[in-house]
Amino acid sequence: MDGNNLDNEYDAATQALIQGMIEAEEKAITRRKKQTSSEQEEEQCECKDGMFPDDVPVTSRRQFLAATATSAAALAVGSAAHAAVPAGAVDYPVQDDPTKVQGRLTNDDGGYGSRSQFESEVRWRFPTATKESSWTMTPLDSGNGIITPSGLHFERHHGGIPNINPAQHTLVVHGMVDAPKKYTMEDLKRFPSVSRFHFIECSGNGLTEWREPTLKTVQGTHGLTSTTEWTGVPLSTILREVGVKEGAAWILAEGADAAVMTRSVPMDKAWDDAMLVYAQNGEAIRPEQGYPLRLLLPGFEGNTHIKWLRRLDISDKPFMTREETSKYTDLLNGGKARQFTLTMEAKSVITFPSGEMKLPRAGFYEISGLAWSGKGHIKRVEVSTDGGVNWQLAELQTPVLPKCHTRFRFPWQWDGKPTILQSRCQDETGYVQPTIKQLVEARGLDGGKYGSIYHLNGIQSWEVAADGGVSNVHKY
Amino acid sequence: MSINIKNRGVFFAPLLSLMLITLPAMSSSTGYQGPYNFGTAATAADIAKLNIDVMPDGRGLPAGSSNYQKGKAVYAAKCAACHGADLAGVKGTGAAALIGGRGSLASGSPKKTVESYWPYASTVFDYVKRAMPFNAPGSLTDDEVYGAVAYVLGEANIFDKSATLNAKSLAKIEMPNKDGFIPDPRPDVFNYE
Repeated sequence: MDGNNLDNEYDAATQALIQGMIEAEEKAITRRKKQTSSEQEEEQCECKDGMFPDDVPVTSRRQFLAATATSAAALAVGSAAHAAVPAGAVDYPVQDDPTKVQGRLTNDDGGYGSRSQFESEVRWRFPTATKESSWTMTPLDSGNGIITPSGLHFERHHGGIPNINPAQHTLVVHGMVDAPKKYTMEDLKRFPSVSRFHFIECSGNGLTEWREPTLKTVQGTHGLTSTTEWTGVPLSTILREVGVKEGAAWILAEGADAAVMTRSVPMDKAWDDAMLVYAQNGEAIRPEQGYPLRLLLPGFEGNTHIKWLRRLDISDKPFMTREETSKYTDLLNGGKARQFTLTMEAKSVITFPSGEMKLPRAGFYEISGLAWSGKGHIKRVEVSTDGGVNWQLAELQTPVLPKCHTRFRFPWQWDGKPTILQSRCQDETGYVQPTIKQLVEARGLDGGKYGSIYHLNGIQSWEVAADGGVSNVHKY
Repeated sequence: MSINIKNRGVFFAPLLSLMLITLPAMSSSTGYQGPYNFGTAATAADIAKLNIDVMPDGRGLPAGSSNYQKGKAVYAAKCAACHGADLAGVKGTGAAALIGGRGSLASGSPKKTVESYWPYASTVFDYVKRAMPFNAPGSLTDDEVYGAVAYVLGEANIFDKSATLNAKSLAKIEMPNKDGFIPDPRPDVFNYE
């Protein structure tokens, strides 16, 4: 790999981690290129439809794919040219002219729809030693708006994905309470509910990018964040029901997976905006996301949002579980580690154009991306199209919601010369997204030695080359 | 069931104002804040079945005991396949090294192990009991867990190889990195405008 000299400045485990990420992304890129090269040789831009309102290419991606698929379907279902249907899609025949024959039958899909077979974006997995303890990245480069489709939400599992019968699942709340309680899912759904749009971001998002640009795509550099409309019961409701005793300060949340995953949650967060969620984007929460019940801690690092929630133990002190001592702590240069670094600070990234895309020629492009903060709503996003010399305000898509992805857009006329694109955001506290260099300086990482791999929220830079190719670079 | 509107208002007004102070994000539009009394009382048996967590001061540690010698056999049978006979972790299994690395945290090439990084012995007991071994999580008896912990901490030169490990002695163990953690000081970059 060019430019990935993983010398001993990282410990062996981190080096292996980063090398694995590089290989996984490479595989995903190769797979995507194979898919497209056989089907869209005339494709002029691999990145986005409809970008040239005044200069329409001969075939848009969708039209072209539809055309090739037609001939393939005409040959035979299951022919080599038509081999793989993307995950989450069904292989339906494509009509030569859909206005001249009746379409497929209403509700013949069994009553639950699927995405088009021409849409192929998927999560990809970091190749950990076991598939039980692993994670996958959301394809932010193909995302639109602010919501992450439930099937594309990033994952982090520590003991595989349990398959739980909701009729047998209970939540036990005990410890420093007046009345310990056991709730079935039916019980929990009787409480007044709330729906909230919130992001969840893994604190390891961007872990490969501290020292040098390492992964190529925005899915690789930023794909451990997703936004969902979550529905459930405010945790405060349950706390009032059980009666929290004087002196209670922490809650242990525990999952019903093979890791019996646990994290300690500060009581003030529990009273503030924590939720027990059972729905995701209007339907039951997906098994990968914690079915039937998940703890949601808006703005907190992803691993604290305990999935398959089975127990809340209320206490006066943190429990010091494995995850909050040996794992999700931030070792700094000098040997001390930050602990309970729970909040995800303000961060933004341009998702179009982004790494591995190619702009076909000079002209108009709409730069677009996401901004979010664990401390509230995004106040503004600025975009630079000249490597950070000048910054201009981007338009924010409304509604701008607290602790939620915010979509920004910025019109850009590219003159065809090489340049660097960046975004930086400010949240409601006034905090402005820093550069990676500022983070390194502030955390005392001298001599180029890096301890912590977590909580990177620095400005992302995408270099646009003269040929339109977009790549990941560091630029302060 | 009929509700006296007047009384209801009197009863809930102070409660509601309290909620508005402490719970601005979650106040209900109806003003009714419970109690709802859904669910059932969690019995001692319900809780005991799940209540496996152990805290640094020893709270939650079960009865039972073991030592380094007995633990050696437990480790060989249940742990060594992934963590290695040398406790260094077997490549390709995903299992971490358990010992070594002491004093490496500030070296620029930190090696995080139970010995070098974990601040509390209680965490080792808690984690082994809840999630180990990987191929049969939660299958060890409490004595086996005490044994595995005694063996690992014995090999790490943290716990006396001839001593008995039980609830009392485990709570007294001081890990080498017990003072290695600091609270979150962020924000640590100030570009405020």
